Amino acid sequence: MWKTILRRVILMIPQIIVLSLFVFILAKMMPGDPFTGLITPQTSPAQIARLRKEAGLDNPWYVQYVDWIGRALHGDFGMSYQMQRPVTSIIGERAINTLYLSILSVVLTYLIGIPLGVAAGRYEGTWIDTSIQFYNFISMSTPGFVVYMLAIALFGFALGWFPTSGSISVNASGVIGTIGSRIYHIILPSLLIAILGNASIVQYLRSGIVDNKLEDYVKTARSKGVPERVVFNRHILRNSLLPIAAFFGNVITGLLSGSVFAETIFAYPGMGKLFIDSVSGRDYSIMTALILLYGILTLLGNLLSDIIMSIVDPRIRID
Amino acid sequence: MDTSDELLLDIQHLHTAFRVHDHFYDAVDDVSLTLHKNEILALVGESGSGKSTLATSIIGLHNPRNTKVTGDIMYNELNLVGLSEALFNRIRGNDIGMIFQDPLSALNPLMRIGDQIAETLVYHTKLSEKEREARVLELLDQVGIPDPPLTAHQYPHELSGGMRQRVMIAIAIACKPPIIIADEPTTALDVTIQAQILDLLEDIQKEIGSGILLITHDLGVVAETADTVAVMYSGQIVEQGTVYQVFENPLHPYTRSLLRSMPQADSDDEELHVIQGTVPSLVNMERSGDRFAPRIPWIPESAHEANPVLHEAEPGHLVRCTCYKTFYFPDEKPEAAAAGAAGNNVQNPSEGA
Ligand SMILES: Nc1ncnc2c1ncn2[C@@H]1O[C@H](COP(=O)(O)OP(=O)(O)O)[C@@H](O)[C@H]1O
Ligand code: SF4
Ligand SMILES: [Mg+2]
Repeated sequence: MWKTILRRVILMIPQIIVLSLFVFILAKMMPGDPFTGLITPQTSPAQIARLRKEAGLDNPWYVQYVDWIGRALHGDFGMSYQMQRPVTSIIGERAINTLYLSILSVVLTYLIGIPLGVAAGRYEGTWIDTSIQFYNFISMSTPGFVVYMLAIALFGFALGWFPTSGSISVNASGVIGTIGSRIYHIILPSLLIAILGNASIVQYLRSGIVDNKLEDYVKTARSKGVPERVVFNRHILRNSLLPIAAFFGNVITGLLSGSVFAETIFAYPGMGKLFIDSVSGRDYSIMTALILLYGILTLLGNLLSDIIMSIVDPRIRID
Repeated sequence: MDTSDELLLDIQHLHTAFRVHDHFYDAVDDVSLTLHKNEILALVGESGSGKSTLATSIIGLHNPRNTKVTGDIMYNELNLVGLSEALFNRIRGNDIGMIFQDPLSALNPLMRIGDQIAETLVYHTKLSEKEREARVLELLDQVGIPDPPLTAHQYPHELSGGMRQRVMIAIAIACKPPIIIADEPTTALDVTIQAQILDLLEDIQKEIGSGILLITHDLGVVAETADTVAVMYSGQIVEQGTVYQVFENPLHPYTRSLLRSMPQADSDDEELHVIQGTVPSLVNMERSGDRFAPRIPWIPESAHEANPVLHEAEPGHLVRCTCYKTFYFPDEKPEAAAAGAAGNNVQNPSEGA
């Protein structure tokens, strides 16, 4: 198995190269260059030409590409032209924030989604199922940002229960204080993300249960005299949890990409907000680094899904 | 089997109806059957005749929300119809073992073979875990698995079809049940494996003396293994007797059509005598009059009985209706057939068995 995983990781290299080329070309095609933002009426064309030459922008594209990749391999994605700081350290800070927010939202999503999915599947066709389906329909068709704004207005500004921006309060001190303040800042957004985003888990689980109920091996279990409660837990539910387990591999992509809307509206300094800011500010070095990062995470997530699947399902071997 | 053998199951006037669009339709319509110790009773009929429905009624696997079961299924002093779930769970697996048609889908893909066999023992015996493991190996050996310790640790997908069906048999006989129901146990298997599985079933039966209800649509299987046979059509028994009686002297047109449609190995007759048409679906089934009549259209309307009932044609040999005496196949009486059933020689490819 370790061999297979190693082989899969090696096979990812060409995929990442293609992705990086794509990202590089995309960045080159965008209007302007990193210096466009620095130009003022006072800058002379000669100055700009000098800056461009120093930055290597006059070299052929493949030289520029190799330079970029070489630096990226050393963790150097250049400077953010907006913030005038190294891209890597900006992403590092933001990644931590997003990680906290995502972990809590993922935990809450599963905590809410699994019982709902089980209830809907188990009581298929009853009012319980209908209400859960209706809730999921509403949660999927409601635009997240509307709910986020309403929640901020109500719980943040009107009731003052939760902070309305940031990731930690300035006067938090001590280990407990810091952790407490961080959690306090992410409770509301992650709860909302979980409430709005559990539909796929609920639906996967529900349809798994509904399908598995009719399987022959469930009849076999009953014909053995296994009590119904055990038939459900051991045979129906366990088999229905497979896709959910595999789904978890994709969650790690989400762990770092963050929720663009939630972070932006809660002014939470995470990756999602960073990405939006970099797009609107034409901060190409950050944008390209992020796209590359998300691409790699997606590949890793798929690999993780396959690994999880091969662990939980004896029929599947990754090779 | 000998007729003095202990009566195990006494089914009387069993009706099993399914709900289809808010109406209940009988899939098993007034069936009465008995099963004795040491008996292999074959239940034959084309697919859709209601054989599986009858089997699952005996073992109580129908969802009461969509199914109505009425009549009596007496097992010792106990009526299995309307039995509580708690009581039924003590019967299922312990007193009645069930073998399904497709052993791949009938085994849980995520559970090791050993655990699936042991599960039956958990609920019906007081064996310790160690003793259960030992019993599992013993059972695997009994059903002819070459390497029981290995197989006990394998998953269903790692076994061949024949091996899986052996495992299903091991599950069914784990508690040495007096009654075994095998619903088309060989249909999903290769021909060579089929014979092995049937031999195994016979061996098992000799060892533990169970009564076996063997469901099949293959008359070859019946001739080979069964003692008695019940022929089912559209939810009803149309003929019933010992294998000898039914094969030597088939009476009902349906039985005769089934026998005629068997591929004959020793005959030069290349022609397959397929029964035209198919078993009607529950909703479209004609409930009054004769249910098989539409499939023998060359027999004039007037020859059929309005409401054919089962009666004894010779001791122990039951047949539905009396007008079977005048039944003939179109090619047996060409002059009569030409008028009514030009279409009979057109073989119907949709025929399902
Ligand atoms: N759960 C069910 N709900 C509705 N109709 C059913 C159900 N199970 C079987 N039937 C119908 O009952 C009839 C008999 O089916 P079945 O017992 O499976 O026949 P067999 O085993 O002889 O092929 C068929 O018409 C089938 O479509
Ligand atoms: S009435 Fe008698 S002969 Fe005619 S189809 Fe029915 S059972 Fe057969
Ligand atoms: Mg069947």
